Amino acid sequence: MSETTTDNTNFRWIGKRPVRHDGVDKVTGRAQYGADFTLPGMLYGKALRSDCAHGIIKSIDTSAARALDGVKDVITGADLPEVSSEGQIEGEAPASVRDTAHNVIARRKVHYHGHTVAAVAATSPSVAEEALKLIKVEIEALPVVLDVMEACSPDAPLIEEHQHTNGDTGSPPSNIASTNTFEDGDLEKGFEAADVIVEHEFDSGTVHQGYIETHACMAEAKENGEITLWVSSQGHFSIRDATAQVLAIEPSRIKAIAAEIGGGFGGKTTVYLEPLAVLMAQRTGQPVKMVMSRDEVFRGTGPAPGSHTRIRMGATSDGRITAVDCDLWFEAGGYPGSAVGAAMMALIAPYEVQNFRIVGYDVLVNKPKSHAYRAPGAPNAAHASEVVIDEICEQIGMDPLEFRLKNAAKKGTKAPYGPVFPEIGMVETVQAAIDHPHYQAPLGANQGRGVASGFWMNGGGDATAHLSVLPDGKVTLVTGRPDIGGSRAGHAMVAAEELQIDVDDVRPSIGDTDSIGYNGVTGGSSTAYSAAVAVYEAAHKLIADAKRRAAEIWEVKADDVEWRDGAAHLKAGVNGTEAPLSLADLAGKASQTGGPLAADAAVNAKGAAPALGTHICDVEVDPDTGKVDVIRYTVVQDAGRALHKSYVEGQMQGGAVQGIGWALNEEYLFDDNGVMENAGFLDYRMPVALDLPMIDTVVVEVPNPRHPYGIRGVGENAIVQPLAAVANAIYDAVGVRLYEVPMSPPKVLKALQDAKATRNVAANGNGAAAQPAREPEPVTAR
Amino acid sequence: MSVSINVTVNGRGYQEEVEPRLLLADFLRDVLGLTGTHVGCDTSGCGACTIIVDGKAVKSCTLLAVQADGADLTTIEGLASNGALHPLQEGFHEEHGLQCGFCTPGMIMAAWQLLERNPNPSDAEIRHALEGNFCRCTGYENIVKSVRAAAGSAA
Repeated sequence: MSETTTDNTNFRWIGKRPVRHDGVDKVTGRAQYGADFTLPGMLYGKALRSDCAHGIIKSIDTSAARALDGVKDVITGADLPEVSSEGQIEGEAPASVRDTAHNVIARRKVHYHGHTVAAVAATSPSVAEEALKLIKVEIEALPVVLDVMEACSPDAPLIEEHQHTNGDTGSPPSNIASTNTFEDGDLEKGFEAADVIVEHEFDSGTVHQGYIETHACMAEAKENGEITLWVSSQGHFSIRDATAQVLAIEPSRIKAIAAEIGGGFGGKTTVYLEPLAVLMAQRTGQPVKMVMSRDEVFRGTGPAPGSHTRIRMGATSDGRITAVDCDLWFEAGGYPGSAVGAAMMALIAPYEVQNFRIVGYDVLVNKPKSHAYRAPGAPNAAHASEVVIDEICEQIGMDPLEFRLKNAAKKGTKAPYGPVFPEIGMVETVQAAIDHPHYQAPLGANQGRGVASGFWMNGGGDATAHLSVLPDGKVTLVTGRPDIGGSRAGHAMVAAEELQIDVDDVRPSIGDTDSIGYNGVTGGSSTAYSAAVAVYEAAHKLIADAKRRAAEIWEVKADDVEWRDGAAHLKAGVNGTEAPLSLADLAGKASQTGGPLAADAAVNAKGAAPALGTHICDVEVDPDTGKVDVIRYTVVQDAGRALHKSYVEGQMQGGAVQGIGWALNEEYLFDDNGVMENAGFLDYRMPVALDLPMIDTVVVEVPNPRHPYGIRGVGENAIVQPLAAVANAIYDAVGVRLYEVPMSPPKVLKALQDAKATRNVAANGNGAAAQPAREPEPVTAR
Repeated sequence: MSVSINVTVNGRGYQEEVEPRLLLADFLRDVLGLTGTHVGCDTSGCGACTIIVDGKAVKSCTLLAVQADGADLTTIEGLASNGALHPLQEGFHEEHGLQCGFCTPGMIMAAWQLLERNPNPSDAEIRHALEGNFCRCTGYENIVKSVRAAAGSAA
């Protein structure tokens, strides 16, 4: 691990590695996650899911289920209000209220296998499961469309019969919900100026966030109409609002309490179970808990979209990108709203490109409604752009990192999506990768090295913080964005930094929706950044108030008081010999000086700045089986300023490993009827410790000028590069290019065999035009 | 139909009537209220529900509660003693061996088994021993470090 700092500001806590405040609860089993709450008289809710991937619901007979002893409620889509398509549900992946409501429980049609069609509440989980088997659902099956390109065809089965692309009713109905174009410069001239042009098509399977905790919630409805919702989510404020919108009730009726969350990665920013649990709690008058099985998580929640990408890139022989032309087709799933927009933004954002045209298509297919997954869309996009760059570098004989350095976007570069970049760390991360010993390390037989860069725009948004001084001078800190990766500790560090106290003297917690102002979701790499702004402001309000009180006690002007080492001091040069007043001293005199010592700040943090990162990946390919092992991996990323150094490194390592899983093994496998065939952790293969080397990290710090400490979002960027970095490393190892992820053993083996066949044909004099592919053999050290 | 079972959990004896189909993980969570044992998959894939049964690390979703009749179980709630964290708990706490913390109890129990058998494991041996446990947050590096730290302090 190493770090490159461009600013030497001395901090007491920022950038350090204190132990997390919530750690003891998490290593002793005390921490309460979504499924860990119980109430007396609680019922167990279960969802019935469609066994048909596309069809019209003709009837649902719940009578036998209702008659089962222990069953307290059975609901179908008909029991929920019809909501307008105008309203928007905010969050990491905004969607219409109607689509969200219909995704929660199907109304007229089922759009994918696993779509919820009914739900029951019963006295035990086993009775609830028995009841599900007694519900008779009659569905008229319709033709299924799973492939994103087939879905774009004019004669494809329509998933939404009344959907017209971009709402243009003048065009025929289409599965393409929307299309959008980013373009600038002169594409034709750009390609004319190119000495080399590379064009390829890329595919990515549908992959899941793979959080280990399944979705879970518990709802209680009181006689006065008030509802309490315990929920594991990335944003209990937005879950409250979405639940209220789906049920057409006022958000003020719901108090949402944030459970600890067992991973989300974007996937826990919308509702699935919550409206059903609330509705059944209202109807029965008993609390209802719902917990998904892993099978349900795979089939019924939002994976990252599969995609098809065609990209054409031109460059000069001295390594300047002259033009990029790209089309991205993304699977939205059963309802509109894939991450294609973000993919378009990220595609070539690491580079300064004058001439480009980027077109995105959001396409309905009969798969679960896709949802956000860490840097949504960007991995699919960078997979295409970063592999094509590798091929260009090979053709012009340029080092791939030199090429990236030469084309790097920097402060003042216009982003492909419009704005002009502030300070960004593309040059710095590429340079740090060039300088890293990994880049020069020798490689052995069947081993290869690949690099890739990646961009993520990062978010900010609403955050509220509350600080309160306890009688002993310690401080409670309440914020309202769920803590997934250590943000509570990070925000306690901000309070400790400003108040100049020990970080362990801050007690951070996540407030419920009634106890603190609104907070956005923990998503978009926004939480460490934006809540830090709120905590910083609250701390300074608290200091100002503390100074005022000290001045009152000492009968001096507030300007005569300064805050130092966690206490009010008389400024040097001011007459008097008053002993400093600590937070404990001031808390003891609070009633006499204006009441409890506390401060709040509510902000909309607007100054988020993008994250850039560059990865170096070494692989070893087994030529007999096609199995690829990542043997060394280095993540270089600009964190702006690392708030908690270990947690920044942890995000970089975790993101890279998710990307490696996506690159090598993970994908949804569907049969022709749209039934997922590997909906379990034994068949959907995520990386385990044994699969991986130590993931090395280099934290580069190019401060974000619009944040008090220079913080940038960190969480998402590191999943962007691995797809391409691994693909480029495989090529370096064995001389075959793969354009489809995952690059699982059968695909790699087939590519090796095809290359061998091509070589044999070429050797026989029949394949002069064929691309020569290297025999897998020892690769010489660089 | 219910079956009566006797189990010792974290040093305390329990006699409970359970359905024969009840999984041990659900028995611990729903009957005894020991929710520190987490369920991430119910198909023995994720390892979050790992506990110690008669000295062996076991995924508690692969056993029925009735199969644990007469057994001595330790869950994450029973690992600390006399008000002090176990070295493995200390290791995961101090070395940042967790982000969301959901896999942590199972990781700690699987690592407990490793250290019982091999008090000074290499990093490769640690990675091998934890191959049945998913963590989706950390990329595993800090988990390996945590176990290494625990082994050092236990030695």
